[in-house]
Amino acid sequence: MIIDSPAKLNELAAKAASSSARTKILVSMGTCGIASGTTPVLNAFRKEIAAKNLQNAIDVVEVGCMGLCHSEPSIEVIDNASGKSVIYGNVAEAQVPAILAAEPGEVAQGTKTVKRTWYYPEVETKQDDALQARIVLRNCGRINPEKLEDYLANKGYQALAKVLTTMKPQAVIDLISASGLRGRGGGGFPTGKKWQFAAAQQNAEKFMICNADEGDPGAFMDRAVLEGDPHSVLEAMVIAGFAIGAHNGVIYIRAEYPLAVKRLHLAIAQAEEAGLLGKNIFGTGFDFKIELKYGAGAFVCGEETALIHSVEGMRGEPTFKPPFPAISGLWKKPTVVNNVETYANVCAIVRNGADWFKAIGTAGSPGTKVFALAGKIDKVGLVEVPMGIKLRDIIYTLGNGIRGGREFKAVQTGGPSGGCITKAHLDTPIDYESLKALGSMMGSGGMIVMDEDDCMVNVARFFLEFTLDESCGKCTPCRIGNKRLHEMLTEICEGRATMETLSKLKSLSRTIKDTALCGLGQTSPNPVLSTIANFEDEYLAHIRDQKCPAGVCTNLISYSINDKCVGCTMCARSCPVGCISGEKKQRHVIDATKCIKCGVCFQSCKFHAIDKN
Amino acid sequence: MSCTCQTPGTADQNLLVQRPELRAELESYIQTLPLSANPDRNRGFLIQTLHKAQSIFGYLPLCVQLFIADQLKLHLSEVYGVISFYSYFTDTPIGRYKINVCTGTACFVKGANRVLDEFKRYLNVEVGETSEDGKFTLGSLRCLGACSLAPVVMVNDRVYGNVTAKMVPEIINDCE
Repeated sequence: MIIDSPAKLNELAAKAASSSARTKILVSMGTCGIASGTTPVLNAFRKEIAAKNLQNAIDVVEVGCMGLCHSEPSIEVIDNASGKSVIYGNVAEAQVPAILAAEPGEVAQGTKTVKRTWYYPEVETKQDDALQARIVLRNCGRINPEKLEDYLANKGYQALAKVLTTMKPQAVIDLISASGLRGRGGGGFPTGKKWQFAAAQQNAEKFMICNADEGDPGAFMDRAVLEGDPHSVLEAMVIAGFAIGAHNGVIYIRAEYPLAVKRLHLAIAQAEEAGLLGKNIFGTGFDFKIELKYGAGAFVCGEETALIHSVEGMRGEPTFKPPFPAISGLWKKPTVVNNVETYANVCAIVRNGADWFKAIGTAGSPGTKVFALAGKIDKVGLVEVPMGIKLRDIIYTLGNGIRGGREFKAVQTGGPSGGCITKAHLDTPIDYESLKALGSMMGSGGMIVMDEDDCMVNVARFFLEFTLDESCGKCTPCRIGNKRLHEMLTEICEGRATMETLSKLKSLSRTIKDTALCGLGQTSPNPVLSTIANFEDEYLAHIRDQKCPAGVCTNLISYSINDKCVGCTMCARSCPVGCISGEKKQRHVIDATKCIKCGVCFQSCKFHAIDKN
Repeated sequence: MSCTCQTPGTADQNLLVQRPELRAELESYIQTLPLSANPDRNRGFLIQTLHKAQSIFGYLPLCVQLFIADQLKLHLSEVYGVISFYSYFTDTPIGRYKINVCTGTACFVKGANRVLDEFKRYLNVEVGETSEDGKFTLGSLRCLGACSLAPVVMVNDRVYGNVTAKMVPEIINDCE
C-alpha cells in the first residue's frame, strides 16, 4: 500500500489505532529481555490465550525495551477501556494464567509489579511522582517495532507529512534551532546550527548520516531506540534530509547489535514499500533513500570523521577538522552526522513545536536525556529524565541506590572520555555545562555506578586500557602518550610508583589533552585527571603506603584465614590453584607463595573467616 | 588481478579451490552489489563484503582477501589494512566455540577480569588465541549492552549472565 498523501496517512493511522480487543499485553522483546528468558513467557501467553479462546479479546504485542532491565522478563497489561495498566517484573511462565485471570487494573496474586516512574509529555500531563519524561523512548516498550501500522497508530510519519507538505526547508532548520536541541552523542553541539551549515552549501549531492555506532561501554540507549522504535529514526532522517537538501541517508550501525540491524532492515523495507522512503514522498517530488552500513568493532568510528572514512570502506582513522563534514564529508560532499538519540527527538519537536520542547529541561540544555544505569546500582536500566534533574534523584530514586547496601562512591559518566562524579556533587543539576564543570561530560549517557569496593586507580587504568586498545595509532600523543599513562597507572596499582610518577602522570595527561588529533585522544586522559582530582588520597595510599584501600589491586593485597574458620573445607575445595590446606574441622591455611589472589575463597567463605589485607 | 605475488598452493589458497560452493556464495553476493555506478565509490562496499566473507568462511584467509580485492578493484594492501584495523575481522582460523568475555565498564566493575583470568588459566590460552585442540577461541569484547546481566560471557550466540570465576568449568562443559 502506497501512502501518497497526508489524507491517506491519517486514514491508515485511524484504522491501525482501532482495536476491538479489551486488553493489550506488551511483552518486552529487546536483547536484554530475550537474554533473560522473555521468549518462553511470550509463548506461554500465546498458548494460554489460544487454550482459553481469547484471541479476539486480548492482543499480545511484542515490544522493544521498556528500560526495566532490572526486572526482565517484564510485561505490561493494559485495559483498553479504562487505560489502566499494570507492569509486571521478573515474570515466570507459571504466573501467566494468574495474570490473564486478573481483573482490569488489578494485580495478579503471586507476582511482582514495577511502579511506573515516567510520563509521556506528548500525551499526558506530569504526575507528581513521575521523575522520567519519555520523549525519545515514547514508543519503546509500547509498540511492535516490526509493524509499520503500530508506528502509524502513534503519530508515525505525521511529522514528515507536515514538513513535506506545509514547510520550507529553512523553516524546519529554524524550528530545530529554536528548540535548542543539542547533539545527544556527547558533544552537545546545537543540531539546528549543524543543519544550517550543511544547508548553506551549494552542492547537488549531500548526505545525512545516523551515527548508531554506540561504542561507549555501558551505554545502550541507542540500541533500545533502534530495537524498539526504528521508524522514528528513519522519519527524522528524511525530515533532516529535506531541511539540508540531501537525498541520501546512511545509518552506520555496529555489528554487535544483530537485533537492531534486523529491525532496521525491516523498517527500511516497510517504509520503501509504503512510499515513505524512495521517490516522490507524499507526492511532493522529494526523494530520499537510506542504506545501512556496518561497523566492525572500532570505538574511534564514533568520531564523525573516522565514521565517514569507515563508510567509505577505509580504516576508521579520524582527520583534522576543519574542514567540517558539513562542508566536506562523505565522498567529499556536505554531510551531517547526528546521533540516534538526537534524531529520535526531531519528530516530537516538529509535531509539538519548539516552545513545547523548551518547557522541558533547562534553558541551556532543553529536553530530556536517556541514561543507561549500570554497575553497582540496584535497578539497572534505561531512564529518560528532563535535563537539570539531580544525580541523587537518578541514583537513589530511580535506581534505588546501591546494591547490597554498600556505600556509594562515584558515578562515571561519559565513558572512557568522561570522568567521575562523587558524593559531594550528588545535588548538581545535570546538563551539558554542569557535567563539564565537574570535569566529566555528558557523553552518550552511560552511567556506571561504583561503590566502596571499587578502586579508582584501577578504574582509571581500565579506561586507559580501553583507549590503548581503541587508539587508531595515527597521532603520537594518543598512540604513545596513552601507552605511557597506562604504564604509570600499572606501576601505581602494583605498588612500584613514586611521587614523581604521580606528577608525571598529571603533566602527561594535560599534554595529551592539548595535542591529540581527535576527540578520542583529547578526552582519553579525563578519567585519570578526574580520579586524581576527586580521589587523590587513593593514589597516595597506593604510592606511599603500598595499600589499595578498596582491596582490588592484587599486588597490594593478601588473603589470610582467621580464627573464625570452622574447617568446613569450602575454601580449599573452591580454590582454583589448590593453595589452601587444612584438616576437616580445623583452621585452614593459605600458602601465600602459590595464591593467585583471585578472591574465590573470600567469596565462598560463609563464616567471614578470610581476611583481605 | 590486483596482486600476483601470493604463493600458489598454500593451505589458504586451497580454501577457494576446495570449497567451490563457498566461493560461489561470496561471488554471488558481490554480484548483487550495485558496483561500478561510480567506480571511485566501490570501496564503500568493502566492509560489508568482508562481513559476508567472514560469515561464509569463518575467517579471512589470504586467498579470500585477494579474491575480494580483485572483485572490488582494490589493492590487497587496502583490503588487508581494513581487516587489520577492525577488531571484528580475523585472518586466522578460530575455534569451534568462540568464548567472548565482555570487558565493558559495567562488567569490569562487577569482576569480568577475574572471569577472563580464569578462562585464560583453564584453557591455557591468552586473549585472541585458540586452544590446542582447536575447540575454543578466547576473546574479549566491549559491551553487548546487556549490562543488567554483568558480567556477561557470550559463547557463540549463547549469552551467560552474572558469571563468576567458579562457573568457568561449567560453561566449558556446556560446549562439549
